[in-house]
Amino acid sequence: MTATYIVLDWTDLALAATLILLNGALSIHLRLGVERQFLIAALRMCVQLGLMGLVLKTLFTLVSPILTGVAVLIMTAFAGREIMARQERRFQGFWAYGLGTGAVLFAGTLVMIFALATQIQADPWYHPRYAIPLLGMILGNTMTGIAVGMNSLTERVARDRNAIETMLALGETRAAAMGPLIKSAVRNGLIPIINGMSAAGIVSLPGMMTGQILSGVEPLEAIKYQILVMFLIAGGTGIGVVIAVHAAAARLSDARHRLRLDRLKLE
Amino acid sequence: MLKIRALVRPGLEPLDLDLPAGEAVALLGPSGSGKTLLLRAIADLDPNEGSLSLDGAARGAMSAPRWRRQVTYLAAEPGWWSARPADHFADPSAARALLPSLMLEPELLDRPLAELSTGERQRIALARALIQAPRVLLLDEPTSVLDRETTRAVEAVLRDRLESGAAAIFSTHDEGLADRLASRRLRMKNGRASLETGSASP
Repeated sequence: MTATYIVLDWTDLALAATLILLNGALSIHLRLGVERQFLIAALRMCVQLGLMGLVLKTLFTLVSPILTGVAVLIMTAFAGREIMARQERRFQGFWAYGLGTGAVLFAGTLVMIFALATQIQADPWYHPRYAIPLLGMILGNTMTGIAVGMNSLTERVARDRNAIETMLALGETRAAAMGPLIKSAVRNGLIPIINGMSAAGIVSLPGMMTGQILSGVEPLEAIKYQILVMFLIAGGTGIGVVIAVHAAAARLSDARHRLRLDRLKLE
Repeated sequence: MLKIRALVRPGLEPLDLDLPAGEAVALLGPSGSGKTLLLRAIADLDPNEGSLSLDGAARGAMSAPRWRRQVTYLAAEPGWWSARPADHFADPSAARALLPSLMLEPELLDRPLAELSTGERQRIALARALIQAPRVLLLDEPTSVLDRETTRAVEAVLRDRLESGAAAIFSTHDEGLADRLASRRLRMKNGRASLETGSASP
């Protein structure tokens, strides 16, 4: 296969890296005090992406369903950790990590397999060259939606505790008492992806499409891919947020229709 | 009517109590002695164990919402889910009819909650519970923020309910209210409740 894109030399990267040095110099000159962080962040990026490149290269050569599965699980585990890190009020014990991770795993893999099995038709369907980048894009957005949705729910339930408990005391079910909060939490979780779709092509040129265009793909073909990915992301986010928020609401109450804020960690 | 056997929850010693129709029990004791914990446990609002029944129907055999419609807990600081008091009633006109007996103007239901005094809000919350005609009222300091006159009005409304067959357990720091309304007293200390009989009969 001949390259339809301009291959970068290491010297090209070194040249671009001078911009980081320029930033560092500006930081020193203006006494911003961020030159160290800038340098460390740039080095981290190089090392992390380098490792990622090596991992992907190995995965692509081996095309092993087991190794691809392991990579999927590791990526999901990190997404789950990120969801937990973004929670202001966390659940006690296993649920602090398990709830968000379970939702992101289910939504992410479901949408990934749907795309691989039907629209992409990779051969074999689990080929990591398709599976890993797709999952990465779906996971990133689904993770954000779930984190926002869960955070919104726990925050508002804690704030409106008295109103919820009063409804329960008057004989309302937990679904009736928590329903409005569940709805608004799901809505909050979906807002980023709605905004993302609305802004695509006007405010932002999505990264995936830009990358494909740079590597020589026809713009209209690249756009088709981008639209597909946006749909996948929207689907993953929707499924993930709905599952996570409802599971969190169930965990915040019990079968006897009690509010169980004791299942959240004390701040 | 309400039968409580071996009711336990964290912070409370086991409690047995029989509450016949028409009777009110006053729950006395210092703050932090477990009065609220006890009332909430009876209403099944917090995890607890014990065998409770209402007219022979076991609490565990009915759904929690059904239990709480009949055995209704009213918090000392009631909660609200809308800025307009009327929104908290399934039938606001029935609520308006009930308000004068609690010394409240019916028009209050259409004023913003934030403009109402604590005492007005407490009585509107009482009306909200009463309008569902529960069999047993679990009242957490129902008159704590009321003056003498309105306390008497609330008392009269509660006595009326007792006479028509309801029962009540109410916590209070007001010994006078306990004398006038309750036939027995349950004194709480460090989560332990002990019954005192005697005092004025209703």
